[in-house]
Amino acid sequence: MIETVLIPLIKVITVFIAVLAAVAYMTLLERKVVAWVQSRLGPMRVGPHGVLQPIADAFKLLVKEDITPSQVDRGVYTAAPIILIVTALVVFAVIPFGGETVWFGRKISLSVADINVGLLYIVSVSSLGVYGIILGGWASNSKWPLLSSLRASAQLVSYEVAVTMILVSVILTAGTLNMAEIVRAQLHAGLWFVFVQPVAFVIFFIGGLAETNRSPFDLPEAEQELVGGFHTEYSGMRFAFFMLAEYANMIVVSSVATTLFLGGWLRPFPNVAALSLLGLVPGWIWFSLKVFGLLYVFLWVRATLPRYRYDQLMRLGWKVLIPLAIANLIVSAAVKVLV
Amino acid sequence: MGEAIAFYVLSALILGFAILVITTRNTVHSVLFLVLTFLFVAALYVLLSAEFLAVIQVLVYAGGIVVLYLFVVMLVNLKRPPEAYQDAHRQTWLGLILGGVVLAELAAIFTYSLVGTTTAATATAAAPEAIGGNVERVGWLLYTDYLIPFEVASMLLLVAMVGAIVLAKREL
Amino acid sequence: MSVITPAHYAVLSAALFVVGVMGVLLRRNIIIIFMSIELILNAVNINLVAFSSHLQNEVGQVFAIFVIAVAAAEAAVGLGIILAFYRNKESVNIDEMSLMRW
Repeated sequence: MIETVLIPLIKVITVFIAVLAAVAYMTLLERKVVAWVQSRLGPMRVGPHGVLQPIADAFKLLVKEDITPSQVDRGVYTAAPIILIVTALVVFAVIPFGGETVWFGRKISLSVADINVGLLYIVSVSSLGVYGIILGGWASNSKWPLLSSLRASAQLVSYEVAVTMILVSVILTAGTLNMAEIVRAQLHAGLWFVFVQPVAFVIFFIGGLAETNRSPFDLPEAEQELVGGFHTEYSGMRFAFFMLAEYANMIVVSSVATTLFLGGWLRPFPNVAALSLLGLVPGWIWFSLKVFGLLYVFLWVRATLPRYRYDQLMRLGWKVLIPLAIANLIVSAAVKVLV
Repeated sequence: MGEAIAFYVLSALILGFAILVITTRNTVHSVLFLVLTFLFVAALYVLLSAEFLAVIQVLVYAGGIVVLYLFVVMLVNLKRPPEAYQDAHRQTWLGLILGGVVLAELAAIFTYSLVGTTTAATATAAAPEAIGGNVERVGWLLYTDYLIPFEVASMLLLVAMVGAIVLAKREL
Repeated sequence: MSVITPAHYAVLSAALFVVGVMGVLLRRNIIIIFMSIELILNAVNINLVAFSSHLQNEVGQVFAIFVIAVAAAEAAVGLGIILAFYRNKESVNIDEMSLMRW
């Protein structure tokens, strides 16, 4: 009973709360980092240096009036944000936050579900997220959200090809689809896969920026052209769900990139005995540090680069990233056979 | 016992949503019910311990093919739904009868084949060399015994891709 | 082994097949007809996978993967045809699809 129900339940609740807290504070981090880049202070009023700002924001969105426009398709309009946030959150089920640890005399692996097809599960679940976007735009029964959702879904589908193709190279290098085993393969190789597959890492990160609709690929939310994106008609809690899903997706991309390319929960230089002092820090802290490093790059990119034009975006996806991904796959396969 | 409950619940959901797919008037809702049907079919595959196929089902069907349907449904912005006006020559009752005939035929096959054999034959075919899990075994078969069909399937997909572009593009 | 035999899965598959056939025969919206064909293909896949897992032989699953590949190809070409037809006649009613060329 304890093994089958209680422990998984505790894991699910812990991961859920941790992810939601991380998402809430991502909003603050984003505003602070962007402000810092632009020589401003960012939010300062709520709490010391604005640390309570996310709580104030959440409260504001909760108590705001939740407007349902009269001409919308009610069922679909309600379902869209839920689909988006659920597909973003369930991915965390297979992310290994740490290795096996012994707590209270029990051996516990720090991932909710250690399944054999972990990486494929992530790809397939995140391919469902596009429904939230298309349906949100369509159900709003409004011009700009529909255009924005068509942009977003075309962008998502295009970059998904490149990202999935590049994941095949990683699978080839690791020899497994199990997320925890991929980390162990990096321990075994004594090398993070970012050094084995640098091209793959770059393509994955660019694809991740595009799939989360982040700058410089934030065309679906281009305020100058499209009012506010596919969630223009949403307000209150449902709007908050769209924002939560966007930040949760950023954390998903960073976590997957960390697991696949940056050695997951492993400490830096896992095979150098001289640095074994670093092993005193628990694995999940290393994992979080790496994830936040990547999230910082997300924000850094946003504050630095201007937005792409739509034809440039499509050209980059189809004519640069996909051929590069295929070439990378062929080279990795050849290296795997020859070496 | 748990397996039985899971099977009956999943079957009910699959059939229920499948019936909704073909009866709903709103095409977008119909597409959404199709997605749900496919997701529960994927769950059924998990129950049958075919994890790889379950994931492929979600990835290709729910995440790929049905998104394509959704795009087309939105592009085909209908002023008058096809069922809105009546065609005097359409013989719906013939369709119903034909469907009933298929059902009766399948029922007949079941009764004839199941009456004789009370218990279905237990697993006879010896498990092939026990390498790894489900993914490894499917991959092994796909790239050894079924390599040529696999390559043919890839050609088929390429031809379909070119064909779709030729059909959908206004001028080439 | 368990209370659920392949026969149960075969019945489910047959029922789903009949639902798909009914959709093809009774609806006039060609998009719905295409979706019914997907239901029929899924019914076949359920059968293949059920027997594959019963016989502990993955060949059935390999076949199911080919079925999915064919379904993807069919959907791409079929939806292309629907779009081309819609462009000419502003309709997706299959009863109006009686001319071989326009």
